Amino acid sequence: MHKVVIPIGPQHPALKEPESFSVTLSGERIMKFSARLGYNHRGIEKACEERTYIQDVYLTERICGICSHAHSTCFVQAVEELASLDVPKRALYIRTVVSELERIHSHLLWLGVAGHEVGFDTLLMYSWRDREAVMDILAMLTGNRVNYGINTIGGVRRDISTDQAKQILKAMDTLEERTKYYIQIATQESTLIQRLSGVGVLSHKDALKLGAVGPTGRASGVDRDVRRDDPYAAYGELDFKVITDNHNDVYGRTLVRMGELLEAYKIIRQALEKMPEGPITIKAPRKIPAGEAISRYEAPRGEDVHYVKSNGTEKPERVKVRAPTLANIQTVAKMLEDRQLADLPIVIAAIDPCFSCTDRMTSIKRAGEKRKVLAWEDLRAYSIKWYCEHGIDFTMLNRKMARKF
Amino acid sequence: MIGIFYLLVFPGFLFLSAFGLAAEFLDRKLYARLQNRIGPPWFQPLADFIKLASKEEIIPDEANPTIFKLMPVLAITATVTSFFYIPSWSQKALFSFSGDLIVVLYLLTIPTLSFFLGGWYSTSLYSKIGAVRALTQLFAYEVPLLMSLLAPALLADTWSLSEMAVFYSVHPWYLLFNLLGFAISMIALLGKLEKVPFDIPEAETEIVAGTFTEYSGRLLGLFRLGIDIEAVVGASLLAAIYMPFGLGIGPVLGFPLFLLKVTAIIAMLSLSRTIFARLRIDQMVRFCWKYLAPLAFLQLLISLTMKGFLVR
Repeated sequence: MHKVVIPIGPQHPALKEPESFSVTLSGERIMKFSARLGYNHRGIEKACEERTYIQDVYLTERICGICSHAHSTCFVQAVEELASLDVPKRALYIRTVVSELERIHSHLLWLGVAGHEVGFDTLLMYSWRDREAVMDILAMLTGNRVNYGINTIGGVRRDISTDQAKQILKAMDTLEERTKYYIQIATQESTLIQRLSGVGVLSHKDALKLGAVGPTGRASGVDRDVRRDDPYAAYGELDFKVITDNHNDVYGRTLVRMGELLEAYKIIRQALEKMPEGPITIKAPRKIPAGEAISRYEAPRGEDVHYVKSNGTEKPERVKVRAPTLANIQTVAKMLEDRQLADLPIVIAAIDPCFSCTDRMTSIKRAGEKRKVLAWEDLRAYSIKWYCEHGIDFTMLNRKMARKF
Repeated sequence: MIGIFYLLVFPGFLFLSAFGLAAEFLDRKLYARLQNRIGPPWFQPLADFIKLASKEEIIPDEANPTIFKLMPVLAITATVTSFFYIPSWSQKALFSFSGDLIVVLYLLTIPTLSFFLGGWYSTSLYSKIGAVRALTQLFAYEVPLLMSLLAPALLADTWSLSEMAVFYSVHPWYLLFNLLGFAISMIALLGKLEKVPFDIPEAETEIVAGTFTEYSGRLLGLFRLGIDIEAVVGASLLAAIYMPFGLGIGPVLGFPLFLLKVTAIIAMLSLSRTIFARLRIDQMVRFCWKYLAPLAFLQLLISLTMKGFLVR
């Protein structure tokens, strides 16, 4: 059969966010795979420079809709390091609890998405139903289901009461039971195993070479976890295992994520038990002393890195975010080498991509070229001209509207 | 006059459409309840059909308009026609002749062919891949299906569905020899109806809607109605061959019994849709030729042996 190039995206049912992949197929076999990022660029890094540190906490929280706590904690940690703030112990424990709750919600979400990608919608419906338990807990603790807004520079904004702790523990018992059931499904249901096992293979060597992070790397035997290697929040005082696997495929990634769920329940139970009494926040200065800091955080998708440079004012000079998907996206092309088209959705989904966190803009200035700045009006005029050239003309409509109002 | 009534109203197009939509509702409701959802109200399939019928039809510039428009009609016509040869609530079908089993099987292959042609001539890449997959799948499930349906016919020593119904009414216990064939043809029917785990030609997350990607409005509505009717007719065929009991009790009791049998088969199909993940096309073809076809051979062997020992 002759070769065909089919577009997966920017709009495609397999993708939850706009991103363009182009696949060269020979029959059902993938010959070439290329990814084009950038459809979701929002300029958050630049926007951070325009706002104060406290505003940036809420802005960085909106980098990702799922690991929102990961980004805000990572940013807050960097700022606290710059300001040499001694964050109260209780605040660190509360951050740890919310961060593990977020991991549970993210991994259960992933399980459902993975089920849907291989046409197993029942798994999607079940795991998302159970995910509601953890969403309710998060809403109870922070007031929001996503974008919790619990972090602030120097601590957290809400305390956990004993009554809330009891409810969390109760939910953890239910979820643990359900997770064990999902592990049983993943390891016993034959059609599911056929679709996951041996698919998207990333050898240990390749995982190291391409710098895979998080569950993607750990399923290829890369034993790395920031929570253990460079403890932040309260992780240094808690006892947990780093789950690794040697299957190297999507099946292994599923097992790692399910194993991490069980560890998360363990961590939350310990954290609630060991949580010290005391204040939950200390006062932070408005102006942060000059300097630069890097902060690492183990997000559900892998290592998240924030770099903050301060110039002594109340606004940061530079904020740089390295979201985990950026580290993992390179592995997809390797995993898809000589695979079938049917494996493509699950292989992309298996790194648990979050494209909007990853998208950046690079502008290349050639020698002798002058930089052009478009003001809002110029940009508008340019877009009207572009659409007119492509046969879409709203001039008459505009006039009509102007007359009407 | 009576011929037109048969063809268009009962048990033809109108009855089968209503039954097909009811079966779709049952399938969707059951699927939803098994997945812990509430599911659609009873009129949802009809509402969907009316909505699609009132929508604009878009035919791609590149597509061949004649074939593009003809295929949904062909799919419906073939399935409705095949129903006339299937004995449903009495021992005798509306029409019958010796060898009508083969004709029914042939007519039931036409919808798949129409999916292929409709998809191929709509020229979209997703449709083309879906079309090729539909045809590849046909080659995988059709042989086991044919062999497992021929086995009961061999035992009855006739290739007419109506005569088979008479034979099994006389010897109801012989049905037990066909149980393996029943299981095989249920699996093959899943492939024919393109349901999970064999919904490969319309795998949403890979190729959008496969064959139907470019279809919209009335034509898509007709295709979907065609699939609903195919489900009912396929289930009736299986019911007529593998559960031909209670056919002689008259239309008043026989008709509800027929509905019950078809409903039971549709429910089994929904259940399998709930508990499996979608296979890949290579896995599907391997499964059909490695396990299904040899098992169908075994069924043929059982039928031949039993024929030698029991019938004569």
